[in-house]
Amino acid sequence: MTMDIQDESRPAPMIKRIFRQAPTKPGQTYGVPGEGNTIKISVVAVLVVLGLWQIVTASGLIAPLFLPSPVAVVQKLFGLISTGFTGVPLWEHILVSAGRVFAAFALACIIGIPLGLAMGMSPVMRGLFDPFLEFYRPIPPLAYLPLMIIWFGIGETSKVLLIFLSVLAPVALGARAGVRSVAIEQIHAAYSLGASRAQVLREVVLPSALPEILTAMRIGVGFGWTTLVAAEMVAATMGLGYMVLSASQFLQTSTVLVGIFLIGGIAWCFDLAMRWVEKKVVPWKGRM
Amino acid sequence: MLEIRRASVLYPARDKSEPVEALRNVELTIEPGEFVVALGASGCGKSTLLNLIAGFLAPSSGQIKLDGAPVTGPGQDRAVVFQKHALMPWMNVLDNLAFGLKLQGVAKAERYKVAREFLTVLGLEGFEDSPVYMLSGGMQQRVGIGRALTADPRILLMDEPLGALDALTRERAQELILKIWEAQGKSVFLITHSVEEALFMGSKLIVMSPRPGRITHRFELPFSRRFLAGESARDVKASPEFIAMRETILGIIFADEEKAA
Repeated sequence: MTMDIQDESRPAPMIKRIFRQAPTKPGQTYGVPGEGNTIKISVVAVLVVLGLWQIVTASGLIAPLFLPSPVAVVQKLFGLISTGFTGVPLWEHILVSAGRVFAAFALACIIGIPLGLAMGMSPVMRGLFDPFLEFYRPIPPLAYLPLMIIWFGIGETSKVLLIFLSVLAPVALGARAGVRSVAIEQIHAAYSLGASRAQVLREVVLPSALPEILTAMRIGVGFGWTTLVAAEMVAATMGLGYMVLSASQFLQTSTVLVGIFLIGGIAWCFDLAMRWVEKKVVPWKGRM
Repeated sequence: MLEIRRASVLYPARDKSEPVEALRNVELTIEPGEFVVALGASGCGKSTLLNLIAGFLAPSSGQIKLDGAPVTGPGQDRAVVFQKHALMPWMNVLDNLAFGLKLQGVAKAERYKVAREFLTVLGLEGFEDSPVYMLSGGMQQRVGIGRALTADPRILLMDEPLGALDALTRERAQELILKIWEAQGKSVFLITHSVEEALFMGSKLIVMSPRPGRITHRFELPFSRRFLAGESARDVKASPEFIAMRETILGIIFADEEKAA
């Protein structure tokens, strides 16, 4: 017997165990990475984090000024619902912010999707708009917020415009990329069946761009929520971003957390809705 | 009648590569009702030739005429069946079949009526509402063939339409295409890699060679007529004439491959 024969009774090293391929069960495919349902794990993970949060706050390890307990945050939420924030009911803050984001989002889709499609289909349009779109896209909205205020004042216009600009670039670029996703065989097939150029665009290019357009809309609305707080930094008297910012100045940490969770919750619900739309409208996505 | 006169295609030089002579002085006539099969080693220009006929590509020199009129671009008179079916996944089977008629502005009721006829011919009854991405490869390709047929073209162009199918499905599809060809009386131009498929299906065979791409041999073939006259496909393919012909063609193609190697 030699020394290098592995001792079967000893457990394998940790790393090896994690990356080991589990044997397949009936009906499963061997070796597909990342398979399996995650809902149970996610629910447990969230509950554990909430539990830890409650423990560290209740035990006094962290002062409520820095991190109020989850119970305190929920209490704050009910407080805000009944008394409002700075004299304005909570639902009005929510409505104003959601209105700003979705107005800007709708505007960005109405302008950005046709613009992106045109850029994908015509070199003239691409040549015209590409430099501007690509230049302003990586600039943080906070950097051109002052300019918006100088040009459009401190009213609603500059706020919606700021959010609009942050959504426009990803939506337009997504639509443009969608045009590229059509297979040349599909275009040739349409032509050889007697399609005109306009028909190819409407009947082939547009529907095949749809999955990418929907993905771009999902990404775009995320940018919109990101920019909301920046837009509500100046001269706002209402809105969730305004609520978070002014509460932070008075060290009302629990109000800050309520605002953050509300923004996250609304954005998450909208994303779920978009995913549902995706399933209904483009069930063929990635399947052909 | 489709006529190709002294057609050449020269792909221009790119970066450091030499210009490629994809086709040199190709002469080919496809009579009405003829089934022409193009066979050859890869790089022999069969796909380029099909793209020329379809109008996806213009010749560097020479002419292509359909019924006397020069071909200047793709059109409904030359429907194409692609190797990768190229169906529209956002449409169901029936809408895919009726797609050509929709593009030509035919009313919905009328185009569905025509599409339903082909549904039966292709053995796709019961699948009219199925999304095409749920179908098997063989069924998808049948929808692709049906889509080309509903447009009622003068000539049907098929670019290795059965290349991705398994052997059994493929033989059944060959027989189906032949029966449709007989019933519709259309001209067909088909590209294939399979010598057996070429011999079995064509009424005329052109063998092509690479560098430069050109037609080197032409044969008239009797086998598809024998199948359509009632002889079984297996008997046709096992007959001594078929086997002798297969050996001749294989000899030509292997010689080309060896020259290339």
